[in-house]
Amino acid sequence: MNLPISLTINGVRRDIALDDPRVTLLDLLRERLDLTGTKKGCDRGQCGACTILVDGRRINSCLALAVSHDGAEITTIEGVAYGEEPHPVQAAFIAHDGFQCGFCTPGQIMSGIGLIQEGQAGDDPERVRECMSGNLCRCGAYAGITEAMLEAQANMTAANRRRSA
Amino acid sequence: MTPEINLTRDPAHIRHGSNIGQPLTRTDGVLKVTGKARYAADNHPPGMLYAVIATSCIARGRVKSLDVAAAKRHPGVVDVMTHSHKPELAEDPDAKGNPFAFRMELLQSDEVRYANQAIAVVIAETLEAATEGAALLSPRFQVEIARVGLDAGEPYAPPVVGIGNPAEVVHGDIDAGLAAASKLTDATYETPAQYHNAMEPHAIVAVWDGDKLYIDTPSQGMAIAQGRLAGLLGIPPGNIHINSPFLGGGFGSKGLVSGPQVLGIMAAKLVGRPVKLVLRRSQMYGPVGHRPPTRQRLRIGTNDDGTLTALDHHARITTSSFDDFYEPAADASHTLYASPAIRTAHEAVRVDTGTPLFMRAPGEATGSIALESAMDEAAFACGIDPLEFRLTNYAEVEPTTGKPFSSKALRQCYAKGAERFGWARRPLQPRQMRDENGFLVGWGMGTATFPALMFQGNARAVIRADGRGVMESGAHDMGQGAWTALTQISADSLGLELDQMTFRAGTSDLPDAGIAGGSAHTATVGAAIHNAGAAVIARLAELATSDERSPLFGAGNAGVIARAGRLHRRDDDARSESYADILARAGLAEIEASGTGAADPAAQSQYAMHSHGVVFAEVKVDPELGQIRATRLVGAFAAGRIINPLMVQSQLRGGMIWGISFALHEEAVIDRRSGRILNANLAEYHVPVNADVPPMDVITVDEHDPHVNALGIKGVGEIGITGSAGAVANAVWHATGIRVRRFPIRIEEVVMGLAG
Amino acid sequence: MMNFDYVRPANVADAIAAASEQGSTYLASGTNLLDLMKGGISRPSRLVDVTRLPGLDRVEHLSDGALRIGALVRNADLAHDAEFARVYPAVAEALLSGASAQLRNAATVGGNLMQRTRCAYFYDVASACNRRWPGAGCDALKGENRLHAVLGWSEGCIATHPSDFCVPLVALDAVVEIEGRSGRRELPLEVLHRLPGDTPDRETALEPGDLIVALRLPAAAKDFAAHARYIKVRERTSYAFAVASAAAALRIENGTIGEARLALGGVAAKPWRACEAEQVLAGKSPDASLYREAARAALADARPSGNNAFKIELAQRIVVRALTLAAAGTPARISALPGSPFSSVAGA
Repeated sequence: MNLPISLTINGVRRDIALDDPRVTLLDLLRERLDLTGTKKGCDRGQCGACTILVDGRRINSCLALAVSHDGAEITTIEGVAYGEEPHPVQAAFIAHDGFQCGFCTPGQIMSGIGLIQEGQAGDDPERVRECMSGNLCRCGAYAGITEAMLEAQANMTAANRRRSA
Repeated sequence: MTPEINLTRDPAHIRHGSNIGQPLTRTDGVLKVTGKARYAADNHPPGMLYAVIATSCIARGRVKSLDVAAAKRHPGVVDVMTHSHKPELAEDPDAKGNPFAFRMELLQSDEVRYANQAIAVVIAETLEAATEGAALLSPRFQVEIARVGLDAGEPYAPPVVGIGNPAEVVHGDIDAGLAAASKLTDATYETPAQYHNAMEPHAIVAVWDGDKLYIDTPSQGMAIAQGRLAGLLGIPPGNIHINSPFLGGGFGSKGLVSGPQVLGIMAAKLVGRPVKLVLRRSQMYGPVGHRPPTRQRLRIGTNDDGTLTALDHHARITTSSFDDFYEPAADASHTLYASPAIRTAHEAVRVDTGTPLFMRAPGEATGSIALESAMDEAAFACGIDPLEFRLTNYAEVEPTTGKPFSSKALRQCYAKGAERFGWARRPLQPRQMRDENGFLVGWGMGTATFPALMFQGNARAVIRADGRGVMESGAHDMGQGAWTALTQISADSLGLELDQMTFRAGTSDLPDAGIAGGSAHTATVGAAIHNAGAAVIARLAELATSDERSPLFGAGNAGVIARAGRLHRRDDDARSESYADILARAGLAEIEASGTGAADPAAQSQYAMHSHGVVFAEVKVDPELGQIRATRLVGAFAAGRIINPLMVQSQLRGGMIWGISFALHEEAVIDRRSGRILNANLAEYHVPVNADVPPMDVITVDEHDPHVNALGIKGVGEIGITGSAGAVANAVWHATGIRVRRFPIRIEEVVMGLAG
Repeated sequence: MMNFDYVRPANVADAIAAASEQGSTYLASGTNLLDLMKGGISRPSRLVDVTRLPGLDRVEHLSDGALRIGALVRNADLAHDAEFARVYPAVAEALLSGASAQLRNAATVGGNLMQRTRCAYFYDVASACNRRWPGAGCDALKGENRLHAVLGWSEGCIATHPSDFCVPLVALDAVVEIEGRSGRRELPLEVLHRLPGDTPDRETALEPGDLIVALRLPAAAKDFAAHARYIKVRERTSYAFAVASAAAALRIENGTIGEARLALGGVAAKPWRACEAEQVLAGKSPDASLYREAARAALADARPSGNNAFKIELAQRIVVRALTLAAAGTPARISALPGSPFSSVAGA
């Protein structure tokens, strides 16, 4: 079977001859396109390690069939920095030690970027905690994650204000 | 201030420079936040195939049949490895070469000894084909009745518990102590089976090249893994190259190489191509260890003034039907509280599970929640504040051995933690506090402790002609921050700034760093690095001080100090020479030396060595609905020298979250008929989510311990879970007046205890 | 998972034709279906991808005052629609209390209605389950069943329905619009999900090929905007299925309950409308003893299906809490912890 699909991944259009309809976006990225930053922690939508943005929205890529997302725009952890300059969420995760083993981190960061775009948490730490609860961290870096998200959001808001001023 | 090294090499008096003690952010941070940190399953060598394990759905019996033909008919399936079709092993995987060679299931027979055991491996061109191939095997079983739970069989006294500890320890006359008590607290607690559930499933990418083996796999102990694999595969350990730069968490489950990892290697051998094998989440509930369930009876006798007359801690635990690991749950009572009589004893029951293994604070965690709960009950029985009660029974020497502590700043921890938390305002009686929204509020505390262990590890230090340094050790970073903390120690040990040196770790081709476990890795490898650095600086100093052209010539007994890439005369700081100049004059491209870190048996025989701490917890409980939320945690810990406060804070916070999880959330639910784990996933095996984690305050109390090791490091990886689990449980009692003795605290026990 | 044919029909008629054949299943976002397929619980031979069907992703205000929500509207989009949340606050709160932000971004309205039980024995293909395999038996009945049903269960099945969203919907008389082989029809959501009885495998009233195209909230559902809440007790603060939950919606006029709507989640194989309790409440002055009476009425027929008697007591208290909070008035903004007891005052 050969299912042609086309995806825009981190800004680059990719025409893909999908060899199997069962392939998830996660396994497509990891096993066929060498984009291994996105992680598989449970493969069942229960941990959030595989979080990516599809058309700007954070989703679990393990529960998304690639063939069903023909034409989608996909952003992964490999595509969020501005060249050598890290995304504010990435920088804040380092500054606040928002991770330990790092395995859930790409998913956390993609989820965090998705959350900021959703605009649902603002500067309320409780809302950040709730809205980041779809990303498990077994090391227990949650306090750092929450601090990082608050700081990143504040920095991005300030930068936007400067830009629009 | 720049780093310096005291070349008198008197470990007790070394003063450290700017790197150690700094809250440096992670040196591997950029790699991890950009997705560039390559974990085992991220590798994809050319020609690689995918292997997927088929597992048993029965807990005991035999595999009667597998539909190998159906699996092979599926497009893309290359081969099916079964017990009748597999590469031969050089060693029986059930052989017990040493106590840490745990038996593993490598398709050696058709026997099934627990649910989720590997019974075949399907190898295919794609992950999808291998996965469906495994499903198509449709195994049939001969089923025997599964033995499940703490009452599954006749208990017996295990030969040892933990790492060679006696199963029973008696100090003083326990019966006399209990008889003398004016108050007796007698309570039984149960803790469930728990699974490590590191976020990264166990994975291996195996590549054979003749009789050489190259594997990417997460390991907390590469040299031990090499040894075990060499035995099983019949090749020299040096032929096995393990790459493990990043572990996606370990918590003990990656301490020893597990069966599934070996199956990946066997699969690669069978098909003659590179193979990747990654466990599914559900498959992590079986072959990679767990924390066994316990039932612990605590009897605490006290005088009217609250002093202990006896502490009797008895634990029943389970182990597997086919191997011996015994969670040393009762040993938690050895070190914390002074009592004229202490007895700890264990009994075990064999059940049809995978063998339990080390899981973050093995024994200490299970024992701590029971001991700290019982101490809370005893304090209340005496009408004494729980903190006051613990101070009354403060152990000035290690109770069961009488040894002095190498250091013990627990009193300061109690004082600082209590002050930060506001403990003094706590009412003695339960169910006295409500918040502004009407929720019941409770405050609880627990003492934390974990032994300050040292294993053996090695490091190699090199100073190059350009004056730069290299430090190498096959250390393991499972998230604790080894890349960062060991870099800091390396820089100081070499007398170099961080950017003047390189730290290498994470592969078995480097000096054996022992095992990242027992909270001992920083201490062990740190000591090795410290000694390697000191040795290479000594060699450099030797070159300079014996060379009359050097400004350091004749420094003699006064010695030299290494600082920022230069050696300075101790008695005249103005006289110095750079590393590069010393090596250039000697005509050397580089100079190297090795160092070893290991426990000092003399100090160990003289002193009891432990980290200590205390956790204060606040919980809120819905007064009718019974839902519980931890809302504030303060931990104060004394753990010797802190190499990196940022990383230490993260380790301690993480441990405290494990404590919340232990008290309120995690539990493997096992069907008592089939022996299958019903929540072998992350949706219903609850670990805390972000919203479960309150603001956490971590205080570290300075502690200078000249006895534990040259750097005075005691370790922080596991202590955070001790104390905190009991603190949360005690806070639930204080909020509600309901004492739940079965963990995690289930909502029904709270709901039914609360008035409607 | 088993290999399958993948088809992406261009219109509803083609979709129905493709899905009417044996072994076919509709695929929307797949957040539940893929999970079931990976676990071997569901092994469809054909997936009919409905995600591109035109016109099903709209929310429309109908002339009769009803709201028509296309089956492909994403859970998150609906919950985050400020106007929707203002008019149907309990529905928005229920949506936001379910799953995770990522899953809500993907999951569709129609998919949420069709999600299947989380009963561990249903998920464990080695266990006997009448839902998966009619006549096989129910291993949950004498198994680990502390979270199983207390209402409407049978000896054949004691599973619960896991949806949060459906609970306030059923309270608000939501209607499901279905396209099928015999054309378009409607079903009250109340009858979409079936109690197990002797045929637990027949989980819904849908026939082969039936496609849910929309969900409709009738005009009267707007009347409860000022007094509606969803309360969900969980074993962790977020990202967990309900132990039990309740949606309460009141129309309060001059200090009296003009009309009450009440439904429970996590207690039965379907979202459980508590009509008798609604009757208890209607026309009375809201107060704590009335809520307790209503709660008793709601759980009057409850009986434990296993080691879960506590759920009967707990569910009653959740009903009391939901009614208390609803009577106190819908908050201006959904709380930081949607559905959580910790999102509000403890009440009573």
